[in-house]
Amino acid sequence: MLGSDLVMYEEEFKLIDAELNRLLAQANGKVVFLVDKNGQLIAATGETENLDTTSLASLTAGNIAATGGMAKLLGEKEFSILFHEGQRDNIHISIISQRIILVVIFDQRSSLGLVRLRVKKSAEVLGAIFGQLLQKVESGKGAGKSGDSPFAEITDEDIDKLFG
Amino acid sequence: MSFINYSSREINCKIVYYGPGLCGKTTNLQYIYKKTNPDSKGKLISLATETERTLFFDFLPLALGEIRGFKTRFHLYTVPGQVFYDASRKLILKGVDGVVFVADSQIERMEANIESIENLRINLAEQGYNLDNVSFVVQYNKRDLPNVVPLDEMKKALNPRGVPDFEAVAPDGTGVFDTLKAVAKLVIMELKKRQESG
Repeated sequence: MLGSDLVMYEEEFKLIDAELNRLLAQANGKVVFLVDKNGQLIAATGETENLDTTSLASLTAGNIAATGGMAKLLGEKEFSILFHEGQRDNIHISIISQRIILVVIFDQRSSLGLVRLRVKKSAEVLGAIFGQLLQKVESGKGAGKSGDSPFAEITDEDIDKLFG
Repeated sequence: MSFINYSSREINCKIVYYGPGLCGKTTNLQYIYKKTNPDSKGKLISLATETERTLFFDFLPLALGEIRGFKTRFHLYTVPGQVFYDASRKLILKGVDGVVFVADSQIERMEANIESIENLRINLAEQGYNLDNVSFVVQYNKRDLPNVVPLDEMKKALNPRGVPDFEAVAPDGTGVFDTLKAVAKLVIMELKKRQESG
């Protein structure tokens, strides 16, 4: 998937969503979400009603990018885990398969140790799902090649309509 | 690199506004933010210094509507224009689908424009893109000022490829949406092309 568009299908989305929900419960987290390294929100679960997840996703990716830049300057490949501690809420950020960012927001009902432990397990599961997704995209089995593709008959007028 | 989500039927694309310091990148985003229906925009996030110079990036998510049943979202970013923020600028170009180059039309900023577009070429190349075939639009901003470079001269210096280009006065919105529309069109057509060729 590296170097190409990120594509998500129903089947993998359900698997990812289930794994995020499992992580949320097991880590006693408030919010769990996945972001593409380019800042696109992939999935989110937990207490997201009053949370601006789109902006959080973009800033998370910016954060990871800035930290990655620092790593490079030090001769490190990446810093795979970031942790921000607040008075009430804390954020645990980790990189999966070098492309996807897993974010867990938690408060005093959980602990850094528990979150780290559960994230490690989920990272393996999520890594495998993204591996499967990548294969699907590369082999062209996904819906994108069928008549379901939104691009098949796209016209200039469709785009003009977007702007009213 | 766009994100096509067949599960939630969404297409997300990333557009970056590039250009020299104080050319009006953030002003473009602020105008778009001001004029967009509240339902179709998110917050405008500005990571700026106390003097309102962009430090890392501005970010504006825009939901434009549907194309063939797919919700179409554009994530607009600006880069910090000042020369010494180059490390940050590179990061923001990661995964870009379309680039808008905002040029400052004032005579004394012509050198900065040329330096910035060369910097864009180098930074894109580092991310594996080529300025000559990326979805690209040029905006000649600040056309209302008295000391501007003639349009044909600017075209010659900044747009030899002949990509879509627009004159603009970003604070009053002149040319702002034309620029956005043009880059959005190029990005979506490029996506279509890529999907078709597999």
